[in-house]
Amino acid sequence: MDIIKLIPNKVPELYLESEHISPDIFAGKSNQQIGELNVHMGNQTYKLSEFFTIEGKAGATAAETKIVFAGDASKIKYIGMKMTAGEIEIQGNADMYVGAWMGGGRIVVKGNVDSFAGIAMTGGELIIDGNAKNYIGAAYRGDWRGMQGGKIIVKGDVGSDVGSNINGGTIEIGGNADVHLATHADGGKIIVKGIAKGRVGGQMVKGEIYLGGVERMMPSYKYDHEEEVELDGKKMNFKVYYGDLGERHGKRKGEIIYGKIFLASDSVKTDANKPEVKPEHKGKLTDKQIAQLKEEFKAKEPTVQEVRTYIIDTFGFDLKPMPISRLIESMKR
Amino acid sequence: MSEYIIKNGNVYDPKTKVKGEVKDICIKDGKIVDKVSSKATSIDAKGKTVMAGGVEVHAHVAGPKVNEGRNFRPEDKLFSYQPAGKNTRMAGGFSIPTTFKTGYEYARMGYTTVMEAAMPPIYARHVHEEIKDTPIIDEAAFPVFGNNWFVFDYIKNNEMDNVMAYISWLLKTTKGYAIKIVNPGGSEAWGWGENCNTIHDPVPYFDITPAEIMTGLLKANEKMGLPHSIHVHTNNLGNPGNYETTLDTFKLTQGVKPNNKFGREQVLHHTHVQFHSYGGDSWGTFESKAKEIMDYVNANKNMTIDLGCVTLDETTTMTADGPFEHHLTTLNHLKWANVDVELETSSGIVPYIYDPNIKVCAIQWAIGLELALYAKDPMRTFITTDHPNAGPFTRYPRIYKWLMSDKSRQAMLKGFKHSDKVIAATNLASMDREISMYELAEMTRAGPAKALGLGNIFGGLDKGMDADVGIYDISEDKITDPEQIEKAFSSAEYVFKSGTLVVNHGEIVSNGNKRTLWVDAKIPVNKQVERDVQMKFLKYYSVNLNNYEVSDHYVPNPYVIEVDTN
Repeated sequence: MDIIKLIPNKVPELYLESEHISPDIFAGKSNQQIGELNVHMGNQTYKLSEFFTIEGKAGATAAETKIVFAGDASKIKYIGMKMTAGEIEIQGNADMYVGAWMGGGRIVVKGNVDSFAGIAMTGGELIIDGNAKNYIGAAYRGDWRGMQGGKIIVKGDVGSDVGSNINGGTIEIGGNADVHLATHADGGKIIVKGIAKGRVGGQMVKGEIYLGGVERMMPSYKYDHEEEVELDGKKMNFKVYYGDLGERHGKRKGEIIYGKIFLASDSVKTDANKPEVKPEHKGKLTDKQIAQLKEEFKAKEPTVQEVRTYIIDTFGFDLKPMPISRLIESMKR
Repeated sequence: MSEYIIKNGNVYDPKTKVKGEVKDICIKDGKIVDKVSSKATSIDAKGKTVMAGGVEVHAHVAGPKVNEGRNFRPEDKLFSYQPAGKNTRMAGGFSIPTTFKTGYEYARMGYTTVMEAAMPPIYARHVHEEIKDTPIIDEAAFPVFGNNWFVFDYIKNNEMDNVMAYISWLLKTTKGYAIKIVNPGGSEAWGWGENCNTIHDPVPYFDITPAEIMTGLLKANEKMGLPHSIHVHTNNLGNPGNYETTLDTFKLTQGVKPNNKFGREQVLHHTHVQFHSYGGDSWGTFESKAKEIMDYVNANKNMTIDLGCVTLDETTTMTADGPFEHHLTTLNHLKWANVDVELETSSGIVPYIYDPNIKVCAIQWAIGLELALYAKDPMRTFITTDHPNAGPFTRYPRIYKWLMSDKSRQAMLKGFKHSDKVIAATNLASMDREISMYELAEMTRAGPAKALGLGNIFGGLDKGMDADVGIYDISEDKITDPEQIEKAFSSAEYVFKSGTLVVNHGEIVSNGNKRTLWVDAKIPVNKQVERDVQMKFLKYYSVNLNNYEVSDHYVPNPYVIEVDTN
């Protein structure tokens, strides 16, 4: 495999849109020809060589070409867009649309990436050592065909809307995930080793989501059974939830197919495992407690919310706003 | 204005009955003339095909639903944008192109006149704003009448004078061209969560049937002598077994004679008949009934049709047939928009993928072509895709290829995943007719122009007609590969629009002199209609009457077709 190195020689003033940085386009071209390729910044067109020193050489075919991005690409978009073979290594961070619409090959990013990495991807591997932002492996705006194949691995955390409209392939997240994971999913597999924040699998009709934990489960999922699953060669127990019950679901051999959320049984930080604790609305303040309240808020008249918070924090129970309001009135007298 | 002489081309012109003879065509001051002076610019068309500019009889290219389609399908525009050029603005989109792309692409194919097929009267301003923004081509829009409360009331009470006065008023107010009827009664019934699946289902509340609506409008149209006949999309579109509804609709024309001074010979134009020619009673038994449909059309000279050919692309369906779009989204589960348009109509949009690997889609494809191949009179059968419903208009050259080459059709038929089932459900495999270049000119130029009542202005190369001319790099007797047909018609060598050279070797060289056609029927509004209009606006409409009318500045370059009422 031939290695071609792109060394950034200046930081672009705005963002570079460089859909030509891909083994498919570099393959078979001389370094001179590669330097002549277009990049866009704002409404202007530049040559690739104005921003990069090009070393090494490209292979004869895409599969024989490895592009090494020796430096930071945090202001460069569309690296590896639509690539079908070969390899790209980015030694720093990258901006949006890394590996977007990619169909094959391999991209490794040592740093973080911005949003839309691997959108509508159909094959290949996209490995991000750092964190990733939103819409990883999702669909293009308006489209209903998200990630359809291949594999995305993010070792750190991800933002929101990861894997929305996914219908194939695998997304593996080492850290935590923000909200709206796998919205509208119609297949595919998403593994979050850390904690997912919430609204997981909204409007999902098919597919699998594995969670290390979840802050809040969607109400439209029902617990079905516990199951032992092998993940990364390790056997783990999961609670299996079926959903999204608000959506249409197809049938196969008479059985309804649901989207499945596998929630790790030993997950700690999750309300799904805990019995739901509702703050007690009953309760009455003792005279001593009222005196304490008066002392606390003697400087100025408190709001209902301030008093309510104080009562929950200090006395461990909740009062409805109306009694609190009456209490404040009585304190004034 | 400049003069041109197009020399030695193989001219196909049904208007003057020229069938491929080598002939010179002269253009002066925007019109076709007998001869020009020696200063005329000469264009060598030796070995090339010369035809009049194409006339599109039915497409959805401007207006609120087209624009909503653009809004809610950003993925349709993805990777399709072309930057601005010397004479062009930035343009993009595939099934729902921008207004600019619409103009450029039609012109590149040699089309110079296009009819927007469904204009909701209340949004007529929007339609005309988009028409104004579509360069080069002459356009007109058909306001929809088939679900209009005024029409229902007047027809039900048999007040034909009021129907005509209202039609005349609305055509003038919306700067419309003809009477369009979409799922008569059904779109209104949808407001009650119902539909009219036959032409005898009564509309809820109004208690009028689609057959009565169509007959009433048909009679009014002929009494008024409008240039175009009623333009119908009948009930029960897209359902297996619907060909009987279609035949019932056709039969409404029995015994009715055309009355007009525009040379039109039909009293009903039925659009996108492909969607209305289905047999079977479920998607499993779905089959072609193109033969039954065309037997009727061939035997009855007082009607015309257009095809609505499926092109097997990913496209966006949009129609004023609201209930149908709702039905469609429950079939394909894709995103969906629907709206009820006050007193007038309804509308819906759903993306659709005509996948050659799906049996039903492949059968639909075959039906569209069968209709054209069964047609005995190409002057009454026009090529359309009901853009963008069955496919984008940019695929017309591909349809020409399939119609003109049996070889390319058979290759398609054999390539389908369910080839055997498709062949069993259709007749296409046994049809070897190939449409000739002359017949193509009839189906795309002279025929539609005549049906629209524009046969003396557009679609021909007779002396005094508008100088809309397309020159294609193809010669009928030298076609070796069907792909040559598609290639040549996709990108004309030269296109003239009203005597201005607009396309030169596929490049847009001028934005022409775009006009908007509309019909002034000249029937004064009577007291009754005036009062009814005011009352309905007061009681039901969400807009004021003053904000309804399409005032003149929306139509900066009008071409008014005046109907002589005497």
